[in-house]
Amino acid sequence: MTQAPALQLVDVSHRFGDVDVLHNVNFSVDHGSITALLGPSGGGKTTLLRIIAGLERPQHGTVLIDDKVVANASVWVPAHERGVALVPQEGALFPHLSVAENVAFGLSKRRSAETRSRVAEMLDLVGLPTSGSLMPSELSGGMQQRVALARALATKPAVVLLDEPFSALDAGLRETLRDQVVEILHAAHATAVWVTHDQDEALSTADSVAVLLAGHIAQKSDPVSVYHSPITPDVAQFIGETVVVGGQVIGTGNTVDTAFGNIGLLREHSLGSVQVMIRPEQFEIVDADHSGAIVTGEVLATRYFGHDGTVDVRMPDGNMATVRLHARLLPNVGTTVGVIVHGRVLAFDPE
Amino acid sequence: MQRTRGSAPIVGLAFVAAIVSLVPLWYLITQSFSQGLETFLNELLQQRTLTLMWRSGILTASVTVASVLVGTLTAWITTMSGVRGRTLLTISFSLPLAIPSYLAAFAWVSWLPKISGFTGAFIVLTAACYPYVMLPVSAAMSRLDPVHEDIARTMGRTSFEIFREVVLPQLRRPIASGALLVALYALSDFGAVAAMRHEVFTWVIYGAYRAGFNPTRAATLSLVLIAAAFALTFAESLARGKSTGNVRANTARSRHRPRSIGGSAIIFVASLAVLIPSIGVPVVNIIAWLNRTSTRAIDWSSVWATTGQSFVNGSATAIVTLMLALPVAWCAVRLRGVFSVLPERLTYITHSLPGIVVAISVVYVGIRVARPWYQEFPLLIFGQVIIFLPVMVASLRAALEKTPVSLEEVAHSLGTNKWRTLLRVTLPIALPGILAGSALTMLAAVKELPVTLLLRPTGMNTLSTRIWDFSTISDYAAVGPYAIAMLILAALPTALLGTLSAMKDGDS
Repeated sequence: MTQAPALQLVDVSHRFGDVDVLHNVNFSVDHGSITALLGPSGGGKTTLLRIIAGLERPQHGTVLIDDKVVANASVWVPAHERGVALVPQEGALFPHLSVAENVAFGLSKRRSAETRSRVAEMLDLVGLPTSGSLMPSELSGGMQQRVALARALATKPAVVLLDEPFSALDAGLRETLRDQVVEILHAAHATAVWVTHDQDEALSTADSVAVLLAGHIAQKSDPVSVYHSPITPDVAQFIGETVVVGGQVIGTGNTVDTAFGNIGLLREHSLGSVQVMIRPEQFEIVDADHSGAIVTGEVLATRYFGHDGTVDVRMPDGNMATVRLHARLLPNVGTTVGVIVHGRVLAFDPE
Repeated sequence: MQRTRGSAPIVGLAFVAAIVSLVPLWYLITQSFSQGLETFLNELLQQRTLTLMWRSGILTASVTVASVLVGTLTAWITTMSGVRGRTLLTISFSLPLAIPSYLAAFAWVSWLPKISGFTGAFIVLTAACYPYVMLPVSAAMSRLDPVHEDIARTMGRTSFEIFREVVLPQLRRPIASGALLVALYALSDFGAVAAMRHEVFTWVIYGAYRAGFNPTRAATLSLVLIAAAFALTFAESLARGKSTGNVRANTARSRHRPRSIGGSAIIFVASLAVLIPSIGVPVVNIIAWLNRTSTRAIDWSSVWATTGQSFVNGSATAIVTLMLALPVAWCAVRLRGVFSVLPERLTYITHSLPGIVVAISVVYVGIRVARPWYQEFPLLIFGQVIIFLPVMVASLRAALEKTPVSLEEVAHSLGTNKWRTLLRVTLPIALPGILAGSALTMLAAVKELPVTLLLRPTGMNTLSTRIWDFSTISDYAAVGPYAIAMLILAALPTALLGTLSAMKDGDS
């Protein structure tokens, strides 16, 4: 694509007093894409979002929207001139305005026929075509959040910022709404930055996931890459469960020798001692006398989750491995089982 | 939270309001020491001053104790007793708030002239003040969890022991804050003690002003009064103790405790014992005045004109107070640091200033600094604004806090700048609170006596000055129509508001 990114952050840093909230944050968002900004609580996600929105001025760095500088050392475009619409937690609908008036809030001629048709179009888009005259208090939490999205999209913003938009809703509703919102955003060809601390939410909704750890973008790539080939151990551990074992990279740098035998590497690594990261679902539990089982271990504990379960296995060398299994395959505690690793794994330099 | 950037005009206005409200204090201090420290100490250390302190102290203490007892009793009747007709009782018990203390006092004196002095002042002030205890205490009582009482009962406690050991300790804070309001009111009230001719600070300060205007003495006595008010505020912060926090999670469980006929009868008698002196005596006597009036012609045009003047004064005061209070409240809610706290704290200093002190200091400022305005309408409004500013700031603050910052941020992100956001989001959401605060200020300004008395332009009459002028010469027949107009203007809205909120509570 030769088109400039919809949003670009260059070397953005920000401190609150002595606390380094963001340092050298770089990332860009393509037109029409959904980017998840994923990170643990207190990792600077909300500060970054407020900097993009123009509610906080970064102490260092440049923010560009549609290739136009909106914040750097000498330029400051305030929030209301940026065309960046915000969908905060819990929707934050204006309680004194009806649904239609909320959606029309950002439009310039609020009483024109044009506005009326835009409001109707937006309410249609979010699946609430008949709710225009209702007051926010008459809507359920999920409906309020969809109105908040309609209000944000009505102004045709350059970027829509969603700040943990579903954290106030219960789990079941959250998943349904998540799918609807992704659909709505794509239908509107909107560019969106979606802040979340929920890995599943980020992986399942976004075209691109930016992992923000300790005030820094640790990795930004498509969801599959982030999960399967994280570039640092921190990203690997944040984005999903891992089993970490020691190993030696051997041969041409494509194989690692571990307690589970020789395993192929996803990425080449220089020869020598490494830490090996294995996802729990890469393990298979077999009978102790199974021919493929290079290593056996004792089952210390099992956890049953209904759809699946995990097993804690202690290896002869004392290492623990947590293995994810189909629930009906859970072995009994105290038995000895064989463990096989499927697929390729990642090696990182030991810390 | 937003930064102070771009808020400079609002911060500036907030400081203007704060400085305006500090005028009385500035005057008192300069005036007290104008003749040097020696004169100040001479005025202060007179036998008469000591006697005054004693009299004011006794009156304040006894009114406070009596109000705590009556206020707690009436709170218990309206929330925990389980008697029927509690809504009606709640409204009746809060009605004394609407009757100006000087009007109630004159009603008592016209009926029982011998009561004037300490007894009369004590009765009238207690009747006027106990609602200040009842309101916070009954709010706290309705939040109490009956489960605690049930547990105590299963452990063998009697009803009285439960009240003393379980209920009362949880009421410490509301009782302390109510008692502070009562004590400040009793200390600074002018109308009731003047009508009862009971020589306490406010009445003597007024005398020092009237009798040839001895400004140094008036200012010195005022400073003592202010020091007492500050001491009371400090004592209250000690007495309220540490917050016990809110351990209670669920909403109110209803109390099912039907009363026996005997129990209900006792509560009924107790209610009458409160309502007769606080409402019955004033209202009946005012109606009796009207009977005397009917023997001569009522000057309706004068009644109308006076009521209109009260209305104009009250509205002007409410509007100016609102305009000054808005930036102060906005800074307190939306800014951080010194710009947030300082204007609000500064206006709060004047919270405990007695009306008579504010009145005298504004007279002085008028003579010295704003001569063309002396005894003109603007200076009268200025004096009233100083009195009502702290209360208005508090109610605006509560109203503005209803708008979460996130709503304003969403408005910004939708292309609305700061001022337009204030107009389109913050103010509309706060509007009910703003209107209620303004209406209360207007009613309070209509009832207000000392500032109006001292600062009114020559020839201007309001309901409060008419009542004062005629009552001080015991011409009760002439007072009648004005007193009734005052009751209608002051008490009717209170009763209506009470009924409305009671009906709303009943629905939910």
